Amino acid sequence: MADGSAANEFRTQLREWLEANCPAEMREGRGTEAAICWGGRNWAFTSQAQKDWLERCAAKGYTVPTWPVEYGGAGLTREQEKIFHEEMARINARSPLESFGIWMLGPALLHFGTHEQKLHYLPPIARGEVRWCQGYSEPGAGSDLANVQTHGADKGDHWLVNGQKIWTSYADKSDQIFALVRTDRDAPKHKGISFLLIDMDDPGVETRPIKMISGISPFCETFFTDVKVPKDRIVGTENRGWDVAKYLLTHEREMISGGGGGLLGGGRALGAVLSDTMETLDTTLRADAMRCEIDGLAIGLTLERYKDQSEAGQGAGDASAMLKYMGTELNKQRHELMMTAGGSAALEWDGAVGNRAGDWLRTKANSIEGGTSEVMLSIVSRRVLGLPA
Amino acid sequence: MSKLVLSEEETMLADMARGFLDGAAPVSTFRKMRDEGRTHDAKLWKEMANMGWAGVLVPESAGGSDMGFAAANVIAQEMGRTLVISPFLSSAVIAATALRQVSDERAMAALAKIASGNVTYALAVDEGIKHNPDATAMEAKADGNGFRLTGKKTFVVDGAMADRLLVLAKTAEGLTLFDIPADRAGISREKSNMIDARDAAKISFDDVEATGDDVLGQVDSAMNVLRPALQAGQAALAAEMTGLAAGAMAMTVGYLKERKQFGVEIGRFQALQHRAAHLWCETEVTLSAILNAGRMLDNDPENAELAVSLAKARATDTAILAVQEGVQMHGGIGMTDAYDMGFYMKRARVGAEWLGDYSYHAEKVAASRGF
Repeated sequence: MADGSAANEFRTQLREWLEANCPAEMREGRGTEAAICWGGRNWAFTSQAQKDWLERCAAKGYTVPTWPVEYGGAGLTREQEKIFHEEMARINARSPLESFGIWMLGPALLHFGTHEQKLHYLPPIARGEVRWCQGYSEPGAGSDLANVQTHGADKGDHWLVNGQKIWTSYADKSDQIFALVRTDRDAPKHKGISFLLIDMDDPGVETRPIKMISGISPFCETFFTDVKVPKDRIVGTENRGWDVAKYLLTHEREMISGGGGGLLGGGRALGAVLSDTMETLDTTLRADAMRCEIDGLAIGLTLERYKDQSEAGQGAGDASAMLKYMGTELNKQRHELMMTAGGSAALEWDGAVGNRAGDWLRTKANSIEGGTSEVMLSIVSRRVLGLPA
Repeated sequence: MSKLVLSEEETMLADMARGFLDGAAPVSTFRKMRDEGRTHDAKLWKEMANMGWAGVLVPESAGGSDMGFAAANVIAQEMGRTLVISPFLSSAVIAATALRQVSDERAMAALAKIASGNVTYALAVDEGIKHNPDATAMEAKADGNGFRLTGKKTFVVDGAMADRLLVLAKTAEGLTLFDIPADRAGISREKSNMIDARDAAKISFDDVEATGDDVLGQVDSAMNVLRPALQAGQAALAAEMTGLAAGAMAMTVGYLKERKQFGVEIGRFQALQHRAAHLWCETEVTLSAILNAGRMLDNDPENAELAVSLAKARATDTAILAVQEGVQMHGGIGMTDAYDMGFYMKRARVGAEWLGDYSYHAEKVAASRGF
């Protein structure tokens, strides 16, 4: 059992490191929106502890544990990563850093970027110095995402970008945006898109938040007016940006489906969560919650299984649509049950049960963003089951 | 750390099992047996024994292949796909696991007989219409050095043809599990006319004599032996039902691609595409629970209860969904006896009930998850 003992040694060392380096303040509030450190040029740390925690983790590569060391990661294997998350959960440690750079752009760059691009873009993401947002959807390109109209005119050493993006999450707080831009209007719709990297401070970039039903404004509209984008700020090949976009959507779907730990409420059982607000669950609620718990556990195992498969060289591929569909639909159900358990206390903004209503409303976007549930089912139907289009 | 993916050996086993069963026991074999009123195919079981399936959980020293619980699940899953009738769950999984908890000389001899396919077992636990071993009322009264068993068991799967019975009965200080021949004086068996056309029996025990040697494990401590056996059976049954769901789904998706209405294949209609896709998603998620149950039983059996009940609950849900969607998407033809979908539906319903239904296992999950 050589593997087992190496794993145990890793666990022991990690446990010691966490014990010594994770500040007490960072061992509470795990998994809540308010506890997230997003990083970026304009990030205001909520405490010295948050700053210390980020810096200590970044120095070890623990903000992006599985990325290669030369790009700011810790180069952990899948098994070590599992242990890492278990040990973090054991002491209830907050994630040191979350960002679209970590979830989406990073994986895309690791797959499609040149070595120079990786060296240039990845370490600042890992250290939380640059915050990225995603420019995919447009007013006329929702489920029909490839219908992007934002145009990049070829001007020799740069593209001149004009157009509008919508649902650009946290664009008003971000430093950079990765965007799908049509660079060939004559090609078929999937073949004329490029994946461009644009600085939010560039002249001609404007963004404004959209107030959502949950009362907050995580989403924005972003406008590009004659924005100059140098030719080296492209990921992958010109007009082949759809390949990058699709690859990245796979990551996004896995993340939304609960890979970020949100789905299972940081591993806490739904029964326990509901009991926080209701001493005895009535029969119907209890039965619904049990079903929800069973499905949640099984979906959690499915995420593990796909990670194991991907380590064994079999990617999740189109099955990520399944993860996204099942995970988000379940998360919505879970929050419906939490609202029921909260009773009238859950109906007040920031009442006795905190922001439960806001969290509940936020989950309604889960089955829309990153591809609707219906789009996911169509993907499974065509690509997995081979049913005719 | 065992991973939630099939190992190379398990993949080979699955391929081999599928190849064998497609040839030796397709659904048409089930239909033939149903038509002829047969519930056991001795020749097929012998062939399975020769491949090491009957001894999948029997130690090599007793002539078994000792492949483990995950492997047993793989075999059960393939059997579910084509509705194979065999004593695999009753004998190779449940009885073998019970005997293995004891592992004395007598148990090893019994295990050898299971592995060779020469002796079959049935588990006589249920007394009411629901699985509830803790509520066992049948008594084994102490009588000298032995016991006298009196009472009734129902839904004893494979009970009409089994050579031996594992019988759960109440003794002075608890429950005791007996391992006795099915033809012992005082035992009468009545075969039930089951919707899935398989063997299940109502068995009466009228002052049946049992000696101390007939006790499997310790007197008053049946659960030490029975609990692992039930868990192994529940996991393998869940695997069978997941295979059943996959088999029914494959038929349905095939039908969607062929059947034409309004001048096109009905698989072009989004309403049906999304139903089929949803079913696939559910099946895929359930498969993870099956893999997990096998891994837990192999690596950490003491703590496998949550994993096993999760698997059985999910598999029950998924199989029921698969057969309902199967009949609905086939339309009228799915309702006919000439078509196989009804077989899947009836077996799914029996599997849903056997060894604990959805609620029974949901309660187990809830108990370990803080409800």
